[in-house]
Amino acid sequence: MIPALRDFASAVVHRWRGSLQIRVAATTLVLSAIVSVLLGVVLLQQIRNGLVDGKTRAALAQLDFGLQHAADQFNAVERPDPATLRSTASTIVGDLGPRGSGAPTYGVVLVTNPGGESVNAPAADTVGAIPVALRSVVTREGREAWTYSKVSDGSGGFSPALAVGGPVPAGSASYQLYYLFPLAQEQQTLALVERTMLFAGAALVLLLVAIAAIVTRQVVGPVRYAAATAERLAAGRLRDRMAVRGEDDLASLATSFNRMAQTVETQISQLRELSRVQRRFVADVSHELRTPITTIRMAADVLHDSRDDLPPELARSSELLQTQLDRFEALLSDLLEISRHDAGAAALELDAVDLGALTTRVVEGAQPIAERRQSRVELELPGDAVIVDVDPRRIERVLRNLVANAIEHGAGKPVEVRVAGGPGGVAVSVRDHGAGLRPGEAALVFGRFWRADPARARSSGGTGLGLSIALEDTRLHGGWLQAWGQPGVGCVFRLTLPWRVGEEITESPLPLDPTDDVEAPAPWSDVTTEPADA
Amino acid sequence: MARGRVLVVDDDPALAEMLGIVLRTEGFEPSFVADGDRALSAFRSTKPDLVLLDLMLPGTDGLDVCRQIRSESGTPIVMLTARGDTVDVVLGLECGADDYIIKPFKPKELIARMRARLRRNDAQGAETLTIGDVTIDVAGHVVARDGEPIALTPLEFDLLAALARKPGHVFTREQLLEHVWGYRHAADTRLVNVHVQRLRAKIEHDPERPVLVVTVRGVGYKAGPP
Repeated sequence: MIPALRDFASAVVHRWRGSLQIRVAATTLVLSAIVSVLLGVVLLQQIRNGLVDGKTRAALAQLDFGLQHAADQFNAVERPDPATLRSTASTIVGDLGPRGSGAPTYGVVLVTNPGGESVNAPAADTVGAIPVALRSVVTREGREAWTYSKVSDGSGGFSPALAVGGPVPAGSASYQLYYLFPLAQEQQTLALVERTMLFAGAALVLLLVAIAAIVTRQVVGPVRYAAATAERLAAGRLRDRMAVRGEDDLASLATSFNRMAQTVETQISQLRELSRVQRRFVADVSHELRTPITTIRMAADVLHDSRDDLPPELARSSELLQTQLDRFEALLSDLLEISRHDAGAAALELDAVDLGALTTRVVEGAQPIAERRQSRVELELPGDAVIVDVDPRRIERVLRNLVANAIEHGAGKPVEVRVAGGPGGVAVSVRDHGAGLRPGEAALVFGRFWRADPARARSSGGTGLGLSIALEDTRLHGGWLQAWGQPGVGCVFRLTLPWRVGEEITESPLPLDPTDDVEAPAPWSDVTTEPADA
Repeated sequence: MARGRVLVVDDDPALAEMLGIVLRTEGFEPSFVADGDRALSAFRSTKPDLVLLDLMLPGTDGLDVCRQIRSESGTPIVMLTARGDTVDVVLGLECGADDYIIKPFKPKELIARMRARLRRNDAQGAETLTIGDVTIDVAGHVVARDGEPIALTPLEFDLLAALARKPGHVFTREQLLEHVWGYRHAADTRLVNVHVQRLRAKIEHDPERPVLVVTVRGVGYKAGPP
């Protein structure tokens, strides 16, 4: 199809689908046009039949009269010699033929049967206009008959005509008398009726369409108004209401709509208030707790610094105080962070950064833990810089978490970190070769305070909130954070982000399942926390 | 230590006392003020080399105190804040704080940051640098355009000097943090962003369209042509 045509067609389809009014008007147009056409055809048929019937009856009556006259004349002939008969025939035709000046209104033809001679009035060759079929019927069956024919209208064309004929009931010879009545008058009448009906029908159809459009508008108008109001509500103008006019169905629609809007507004403002209180609480807790902890922390540090001068049990106590304060601080800041997410108070601070450089920094920062765990972190970067718009602090925190987790659970085997950018988005995957995850656990790892092995829960640092916060941070970017794991093989965590926040990720440039290109995915590799619930 | 006077503006007596213990241990001379209204007069009378400023204060808000001090002095200000939220931190930096530290902090971290702020990169000789129509007299700590001096804080001066020493060279935010703030490990790159903005507001003809300190998208900043 030509593009312009296709555009036009799709525009038409769009309007058709989009407007009830257009649909109703168009349907009315089509249906009323069909009805008008059918009605017109039937009416025309009836009128034509009526006109022709009258004409036929009159013609047959005239034929009867003519036949009687001809029979009387022929029977009055005393010596039936051809010359006399011929002159009689001429007389009869002259008697029966049209009188007066001007265009003849009909024609008469008298045919002598054996000879086939014909006498005409007016003296045109009207005998040619008598259909052969009519003549044969009259000749063979010897009765009156009629049919339609055509006569020359004198200007080269033909006009319809009615031909009637019958045998003259005279004893001496066999004659047939035919009349030809032109139907021009009737045709003109019919044409006039046709034109009138066409105009009337078209006017009626247009009128109906206009009525349908007006009526639909009365219904559609308030519906569109309701839709516009709903749009404004959806856009956040919660105080907008519909105007209620009258007491009809549409007024009750407006009333119900307003009641709904009222409920929604109340609910939302309640939730807003709750969220505001929650946020306020978080901020207060944050401040109120942090100041004393800072003092405690400093005091503990002073004690810790002078632990060499303290008796052993006090020195050990100060060490415990120190490490547990670290843990407490980490837990507190994670709790505050997650409650900020819960309250919807977490906001993105976007900046264009090279994801490769950011990941490199994270991997370098993780070296001390890696050395402690006698592990190695291998980094695979793409050739080009991967510049993305992200909140660098949050993404760095997510990656720090993933890398630290991988080292923590990697059983001393190398951790592989890959960065890639593709048309569908950018991704970082972190793979370890540790104990892996049991079937079903990949969906649980992002749960709060979830631990792979409850027995060794406390030994391995971490607050148990790291992955939950990572997931929230990822969601804030509109990204995916997914886990894959197989017992004895290890885990893969993959972070996929759009190039810009707000864009859709179509596809991650890195595989989640590392066995993907080797064999079919393991049956539980589909366990992901995907954007479905994000 | 020559530069050792520290003004601590904090309303929490326990924390203030503890800060005093730690600061004295480290060789500083701390003085204290507990509310915002008296902070400025205390600053004028003690003439500290560095201010430790809690953002949440009774009376005059910490941000206002920060603005007041900055309006009459370039003395380094380190904010103490209980909230790591972006808005709070950026607001504080925009009000003129040179650095911030989020409670709870380790004393060593605080001392390291204070030392970094007190240590000046002024040992680099008596060169004169130019970017665009701005001249930088490194030894005299004077920045001028057409002979008119432009008032910069020491931190802003160091930032501009670091960029101007290698015109056209692109510095990452991390490199600037190390050069100017003296941080070895990744700190908050927002420090760089906000201070670059403050610097631009003072030296650029049109801060919206900077030509002297130019952003290199996804990498960092560079100085414009000399």
